[in-house]
Amino acid sequence: MASRPRTLYQKIWDDHVVETREDGTALVYIDRHLVHEVTSPQAFEALQLSGREVRRPELTLAVPDHNLPTTPRVGADGERLPIADPQSAAQLDALERNVRDFGIRYIDATAAEQGIVHVVGPEQGFSLPGSTIVCGDSHTACHGGLGALAFGIGTSEVEHVLATQTLLLQQSKTMEVRVEGVLGPGITAKDLILHIIGQIGAAGGTGHVIEYRGPVFEKMSVEERLTVCNMSIEAGARAGLIAPDETVFAYLQGRPMAPQGADWDAAVAYWRTLNTDPGATFDKSVTIDAADIAPTVTWGTSPEDVVPISGAVPSPDDFPHEAKQDAARKSLDYMALSPGTAMTDIPVENVFIGSCTNSRIEDLRSAARVLKGRTKAPSVRWAIVVPGSGLVKRQAEDEGLDEVFKQAGFEWREPGCSACLGMNPDKVPPGERCASTSNRNFVGRQGPGARTHLMSPAMAAAAAVAGHLVDVRELSE
Amino acid sequence: MRAVKEVAGRAIPFGAKNVDTDVIIPAKWLKTITRDGLGKGAFETIRQTPGNVFDDPQFTGAPILIAGDNFGCGSSREHAAWALLDLGIHAVIAPSFSDIFSGNAVKNGIVPVVLPQEAIERLMEVAGEGQEITVDLESQTVTTLYQDRFAFELDPFRRHCLMNGLDEVALTLERQDAIDRFETRRAGAQGWLATGTNI
Repeated sequence: MASRPRTLYQKIWDDHVVETREDGTALVYIDRHLVHEVTSPQAFEALQLSGREVRRPELTLAVPDHNLPTTPRVGADGERLPIADPQSAAQLDALERNVRDFGIRYIDATAAEQGIVHVVGPEQGFSLPGSTIVCGDSHTACHGGLGALAFGIGTSEVEHVLATQTLLLQQSKTMEVRVEGVLGPGITAKDLILHIIGQIGAAGGTGHVIEYRGPVFEKMSVEERLTVCNMSIEAGARAGLIAPDETVFAYLQGRPMAPQGADWDAAVAYWRTLNTDPGATFDKSVTIDAADIAPTVTWGTSPEDVVPISGAVPSPDDFPHEAKQDAARKSLDYMALSPGTAMTDIPVENVFIGSCTNSRIEDLRSAARVLKGRTKAPSVRWAIVVPGSGLVKRQAEDEGLDEVFKQAGFEWREPGCSACLGMNPDKVPPGERCASTSNRNFVGRQGPGARTHLMSPAMAAAAAVAGHLVDVRELSE
Repeated sequence: MRAVKEVAGRAIPFGAKNVDTDVIIPAKWLKTITRDGLGKGAFETIRQTPGNVFDDPQFTGAPILIAGDNFGCGSSREHAAWALLDLGIHAVIAPSFSDIFSGNAVKNGIVPVVLPQEAIERLMEVAGEGQEITVDLESQTVTTLYQDRFAFELDPFRRHCLMNGLDEVALTLERQDAIDRFETRRAGAQGWLATGTNI
């Protein structure tokens, strides 16, 4: 019997349903669980209090990232340096104790492989196409770039996965984001995803899993796909997917935790079946023309507040609905911006290159290309590069990129989440602006009172040189 | 988790749209290793503005929060739900919620009530007058003393868990046999997935 055409999401979902309850809630198997120090302590504590075990410790990988300082972690004597903030130190201690007590594989803060969970998972080959991947972090959507069904969960769900290797879930609706045509020269994956979020809105994908389709995504490297899927959550979608293909298989082959030998062949044969069947339908569909996309930046305090770099700060009256007009007024007030100001007239005092969205080697190369032979403007007070992992850092150093950054006046840091969320000491001061390659421009996200403009690594590098937002394509001329 | 059949009392007329979990509880409060005491940091930035609704004495301890579209978007931090609980909030009424937040809310006994924008506007008025609002899970309605009555939908499984104070982990652990069978079947078809970090 011929089966009904299915979407990629439906195929992965079907292959993970353990059983379905009468009310439609499904018990779904989780293949991979990433754990970090911030959203896990209460989950481990709950297991301990109820005397529960971790069902499959080998399917969980723990690595600290959110709260770690990005200053050197090992002293000249080779000894590990203490963390100054006692609360941060206690959180790291708790993770180390929990992974020991429950037998979970741990990548230590001083290991070369340490980094942001969403950089480490793909890099180690722990994240695989067609697998279900969760983490107590909303940017888990990132791993969808490999063709995995990956989404963020709360701490109660972290406990649920640790204890049962499953989650109780309602099936999501499906949304197709189809991009036609080709991206213009100098237009990056970050510009594309910011533009997409602007089109569908910060709640446009709520209740849906997005599948990104079209030739633009097929031509993308794995790292670019990770950038796109990473920000699915900023469009309200819990997960984003791109069908796995030869580019993904080539990326994964030989990575430490990827299947090997006969297992590899069997895995690839299965992965090749993971695409949306012709004739399968989506609950929602959006088509975007790649030719419309310019280098894109945010002006407000929601990731949907995007504008091409050639544009101007909008007026609240430009928006059709009262609620958004009100939100825009509050955003402009927080951002200290007036309607009609050219985006290129906005000065920045801080530049942050990093985060699970844009801290991989291709991101650093892209920023370094802009910075080579240039220096940051004197008005830029603080500029840092935080590589996504120790392996990215080492690769960049092998290529001499660290020297390019340092000569341009950037600080070259240890891996972690850093100024993306303003949890460790890396913060943007109140009232100052930051050109940031991260994913959220929320009020107070990079520090209390900090004003964030989201953009690509190349655009952030260009802003550092110019001292204000600028079209990187003009800088290169 | 305690069972929730009804949440009744004054409501905080907040009404903001796209309220992200960084606003509900900023990152500096996430360094804790417990679930307690997060009310101190709840809506910290908003509370720096004099005259904000959260510090208005008539809403202190109000068990219901009324908000705009896309409440709880952004970070998956369950600390947002813990912070609301610590403020004494047991129901949030909004036109829509982020998927992750609404799941976190239910797991902590907070009822996420979805109502259309017109209903929200009416409830904002009622709440602003300091009048009581009742969220009833049995009848799935929100009512006011002025005879307003708004029906809302809630996923049946979530409603069941809320009304009975069920622990999902305990429920799933009763299904261990089914999980065992799934893993056995999987080991044959897709054995490479089982190795994980043991490779």
